[in-house]
Amino acid sequence: MAKIKSVPFKGTKEQHAELLATIEELRDEKGCLMPIMQKAQDIYGYLPYEVQKTIAEELDIPIEKVYGVATFYSQFNLYPKGKYQISVCLGTACYVKGSGEIFNQLQRKLGIAGGECTADGKFSLDACRCVGACGLAPVMMINDEVYGRLTPDELDDILAKYE
Amino acid sequence: MYRAHVLVCGGTGCTSSGSAKIIDRLHEELKKNDLTNEVAVVKTGCHGLCAEGPVMVIYPEAVFYSRVSEEDVPEIVSEHLLKGRIVKRLVYREAVSENGIESLNDTVFYKKQTRIALRNCGVINPESIDEYIGTGGYEALGKVLTTMTPDDVIQTITDSGLRGRGGAGFPTGLKWKFASGNRGNVQKYVCCNADEGDPGAFMDRSVLEGDPHVVLEAMAIAGYAIGADQGYIYVRAEYPIAVERLRIAIGQAREYGLLGKNIFGTDFSFDIDLRLGAGAFVCGEETALMTSIEGNRGEPRPRPPFPAVKGLFQSPTILNNVETWANIPRIILNGPEWFASMGTAKSKGTKVFALGGKINNTGLVEIPMGTTLRTVIEEIGGGIPNGKKFKAAQTGGPSGGCIPAEHFDIPIDYDNLLSIGSMMGSGGLIVMDEDTCMVDIAKFFLQFTVDESCGKCTPCRVGTKRLLEMLEKITDGRATMDDLDKLEELCYYIKENAQCGLGQTAPNPVLSTLRYFRDEYVEHVVNKRCPAGVCKKLVTYKIDPEKCRGCTLCSRNCPVNAINGEAKQPHVIDLAKCIKCGTCIEKCRFDAVYID
Repeated sequence: MAKIKSVPFKGTKEQHAELLATIEELRDEKGCLMPIMQKAQDIYGYLPYEVQKTIAEELDIPIEKVYGVATFYSQFNLYPKGKYQISVCLGTACYVKGSGEIFNQLQRKLGIAGGECTADGKFSLDACRCVGACGLAPVMMINDEVYGRLTPDELDDILAKYE
Repeated sequence: MYRAHVLVCGGTGCTSSGSAKIIDRLHEELKKNDLTNEVAVVKTGCHGLCAEGPVMVIYPEAVFYSRVSEEDVPEIVSEHLLKGRIVKRLVYREAVSENGIESLNDTVFYKKQTRIALRNCGVINPESIDEYIGTGGYEALGKVLTTMTPDDVIQTITDSGLRGRGGAGFPTGLKWKFASGNRGNVQKYVCCNADEGDPGAFMDRSVLEGDPHVVLEAMAIAGYAIGADQGYIYVRAEYPIAVERLRIAIGQAREYGLLGKNIFGTDFSFDIDLRLGAGAFVCGEETALMTSIEGNRGEPRPRPPFPAVKGLFQSPTILNNVETWANIPRIILNGPEWFASMGTAKSKGTKVFALGGKINNTGLVEIPMGTTLRTVIEEIGGGIPNGKKFKAAQTGGPSGGCIPAEHFDIPIDYDNLLSIGSMMGSGGLIVMDEDTCMVDIAKFFLQFTVDESCGKCTPCRVGTKRLLEMLEKITDGRATMDDLDKLEELCYYIKENAQCGLGQTAPNPVLSTLRYFRDEYVEHVVNKRCPAGVCKKLVTYKIDPEKCRGCTLCSRNCPVNAINGEAKQPHVIDLAKCIKCGTCIEKCRFDAVYID
């Protein structure tokens, strides 16, 4: 499977109006840039160039500043995520219980590297640092569903649920 | 009045293993049995015993049920709640003894703990301000505002000997004192560091999820002490439950007039806002956190000026960690002497640890300072699973180090941990057994710091990357003894020259494993062997022909078709094709596959 690197922007008028309303609501707060970007990502699912540009223009700040913040924090995505977002916990507790191998096998099974999305837009794969369910280590999440006490041979069955 | 209370854990660990469904089912079954007026269901914060989740405690008996599933609920309702018969098969195994069933607080896991920061976690409904007030909540704030001067408050905190629980252990009272000058004339801020980024540490999250009001109350107390009217809580966005409960708590406190203008009818006004992090470990560093609240890339600033002089938005600011805050109201109410009576000479009170890794009772424990590692791991933690041998405990996360078995009896406090090359850190305690490779663990942490280095200063940005490359050389079997010396030298260089805490402590995992497990490094370098069988380039997978029955299970499951052999004949692994994924070991029912 090939991976998605760029996709055409498909924002709607409604989304744009919502973004403008959010900016209006938060613009007078001190340090409002990050809260606005977080809301924007909730609206669009990611932060494409067009959205960053709108934020920069509305706040009258250079787009470099918006882009700088977007690329600094791992939670801001410049590319869309898959329909099913897989995140494997690579926190210490999960790592010593074998989550590294879970992550490797998923990369192989999906044919993508961490941080990428499958070409059909179905799965994206990320490593995350501690979801806080250390009692269930090793752990991965697919969207909001948590899978704990994982072994590599369970992966096929779990992925099959989303096919 | 209810005759029974069912407390179900709604912390992240138990929610992940399905506690929300259990609560729904409980309501359903209670309704069916017409018990809704007699039995109350309370969704609490974390009980601490995450490994046994989802957990449930039924009062008045304090029976502790563990690993409860949705299907068990009808039985619990009809047997325990209706007929008064305890469902023995679901009781937490350690609570079952010859003398019958012990209550929760008599089990080894709880008996050895002293819960101050966690005292409400797992006890009250965190989404109800009334329950918090019912356990003495906001009483400390009332006492401070009506009977104490700001300087009294600072003196009390100083006398208690409380030190910052976020890692470095700076005296809290002193920090407040530095920011206390010029009250009323300048804008000041109080911040809460809830950006718990240390992988494997989750105590701050549990306090926020289980007892959010304690943080709000403590911040208001600090606001009064230094003369600030605005607080910010910077919380990890990865903690959705904690964020939600904080939102609820702030709303309730405002409604009750415990946040906002003229609190308790005094001149004191204080409000708190939430700021969500966005996944940058460096933002746990105080100056980086403030830069991030200001809406910038979270890069640290040089100190001095310290935040007490020039912090958030260039104003005097104090920043404390969640667990530190959770201690404040109790110190105000019980007095500094009470707090200082617990712990060791220079570390007072208790510390919460998140036990994880190769240990039976994974979870959250709060122990008096000075408790030994042995008590924590063997007694409270229930020892190492599968009869394996303890190898090391890692504290302090990517900034800390490994404590080997030879220091098993050292009393845990800030100074002792530093003296043996580790640090208290925020309280993650990951246990490792003989199957863990210490070089690989050092590499794991360096990979983390390389990812999380903000890139501002060269020693950290370039230095940690070079360290990682050297470690990779070692685990790949390409290193010489000369590299080992260079590795150590670079560690000291980074420690001395990096700008902020992240860089200065990044070499610690390497230095501490070098100090205690140098043999293991040498084994990798000289004999090209990984004793724990972890480093893939240095191990080969083999099949013992004596044990192999030729069941073909391994060859059918091998992802790269590297295993050949006729059915019912011993199989052989093609080493050229093998990717060392370990599937065959996992699948083999006869223990025939081994690592050489």
